[in-house]
Amino acid sequence: MSQMTEAVATGTARHSPMQISQTDVAIDVIGMHKWYGDFHVLRDINLKVMRGERIVIAGPSGSGKSTLIRCVNRLEEHQEGQIFVNGTELTADLKRIDEVRREVGMVFQHFNLFPHLTILQNLTLAPIWVRGIPKAEAEATAMHYLERVKIPEQANKFPGQLSGGQQQRVAIARSLCMQPRIMLFDEPTSALDPEMVKEVLEVMISLAEDGMTMICVTHEMGFARQVANRVIFMDQGQIVEQNDPENFFGNPQHERTKLFLSQILH
Amino acid sequence: MTTDTAYIRDTFVPAKPAPGRTGGPILWLRTNLFATPTDSILTVLGVVFLLWAVPPIYNFIIGQAVFPGGTVEDCRVEGAGACWAYIHARFNFFIYGFYPIDQYWRPNTVFVLGAALILPLLIPSAPFKRINAVLFFLVFPVISFYLLSGGVFGLPYVPTEQWGGLLVTLIISLVGIICSIPLGILLALGRQSDLPIIKTLCVMFIELWRAVPLITVLFMASIMLPLFMPTGTNVDKLLRALVGVTLFASAYLAEVVRGGLQALPRGQYEAGASLGLSYWKRTSFIILPQAIKHVIPGIVNNFIALFKDTSLVSIVGIFDLLNTVQAASSDIDWASPTQAVTGYVFAAFMFWIFCFAMSRYSLWMEHRLDTGHKR
Repeated sequence: MSQMTEAVATGTARHSPMQISQTDVAIDVIGMHKWYGDFHVLRDINLKVMRGERIVIAGPSGSGKSTLIRCVNRLEEHQEGQIFVNGTELTADLKRIDEVRREVGMVFQHFNLFPHLTILQNLTLAPIWVRGIPKAEAEATAMHYLERVKIPEQANKFPGQLSGGQQQRVAIARSLCMQPRIMLFDEPTSALDPEMVKEVLEVMISLAEDGMTMICVTHEMGFARQVANRVIFMDQGQIVEQNDPENFFGNPQHERTKLFLSQILH
Repeated sequence: MTTDTAYIRDTFVPAKPAPGRTGGPILWLRTNLFATPTDSILTVLGVVFLLWAVPPIYNFIIGQAVFPGGTVEDCRVEGAGACWAYIHARFNFFIYGFYPIDQYWRPNTVFVLGAALILPLLIPSAPFKRINAVLFFLVFPVISFYLLSGGVFGLPYVPTEQWGGLLVTLIISLVGIICSIPLGILLALGRQSDLPIIKTLCVMFIELWRAVPLITVLFMASIMLPLFMPTGTNVDKLLRALVGVTLFASAYLAEVVRGGLQALPRGQYEAGASLGLSYWKRTSFIILPQAIKHVIPGIVNNFIALFKDTSLVSIVGIFDLLNTVQAASSDIDWASPTQAVTGYVFAAFMFWIFCFAMSRYSLWMEHRLDTGHKR
């Protein structure tokens, strides 16, 4: 466990504007285990994420990557160990769960926009009803983030009328409207047409440049190299190896990591 | 050496309109009615059937029918068709039942008020939806109740035993439909609850009511219930029927709504949760609007069935539309061979108008709510 937390400090500062706090812990996962019925999906997960860190989680399918980040906002329940998010421990207490979720944005593989609401309504629903922000103000914020993801002209359309890439950018904007302190990305580009991957990655990169604390489950290794300060490799529900991207890709240590990288980097 | 593998497009083909439909009526006949030998045979059989069936029906309803203004003697003539004069003569009975004739203005006011409030509610572009809804769902029932039963403001008291006809049919079906919606939704949500007690109670309620025929429910409510209640307490017969029909309908509706809830992808629940929306907020803003939209056909199917099932209240002695028609059919003054049949045709037509209107409205609503995500 101590080795893993030590690696935090080694995060390279290749992109100087992206400041990583040395003291402010965003997420702390301690000795966490999770089972689906009898199946032990996550085993002894220890992960400390400092404010401003950009972490990419890679690994074969079924290795527990998505489950891990879904535990961070309690879409999945863990059975053993502790998870602290922004200093709040996740327990069965619904109040605390909502408190954590307000501060943690999540972007899903399949966008999960609300198809019966317009784009603008998708973006303002949570700010209005969770944060109690007046409608006009929420709409102004929504337009700001739609401009940021470069599709303000789609505000009054329905999700079904947008392309996959546009929908995913709306989903990112929807999370940002809650002004979260942490963003979780669960394979955000896996369901996209190849031509649309870039537009989504560009938004994610600009977020990272603004210093957002991010955990991304992704197979985009180019993105990992460019943006991540730490790459985590998981297999069979465990963290197998983690390192800064340079060493992770250039000098993998574990056999399983080497095999994985040789499979995906042709 | 030439090669065929390389190709570079120099101009993009612009879109052009689709080829128009060709051919005249003859081609239409050929493709639609006589495309194959089997089609031709079926077409001929269909025409023969229509030739056989349409003239007698036409003669009964219009050709040989006795219209208002005719007398009972006209209806007794050999070969006379529907006796519409009889319907005309007893029309008030079919609409108001035994309601006192000099008080007809009261149900009429309720009809007009109800129509004036429900129509703008059904038209999406009509303004003041919130006030309108409050008026229709909260104020209108109270006004209607006091107006119809009287006993206040100098209005003569009219017991519910005297209410009848279309008035009662509409009261039972509207109350049943409107009250079963929230109950059914709550039961469906309860059945999906993580809390075992709520879940069990909802499952028990739904399974109990669904497994019992409506006739049994009505009999229990009107005959058995009074036996268990302390002497002296008297719950109105119509009220008991209303409660029975509502609970019965809500159990059915709950299962339809549950189907809609299950059809939603898990991602919708998760997206709502990840934004920090509480259970009730995600349910009312994200889950229910979509789930209910998916099951509009099933819900309206239930409402249509409920509307027609209201005629079962006749077995506990309530004079709904069908029961008044049935009672009037033994009216000696209008005794004629077609008297009963005409009455039933009239009743069927009245039921059909309301059910067909519900069906068309729901279809239109489905199209309106389609935001094009099912691609």
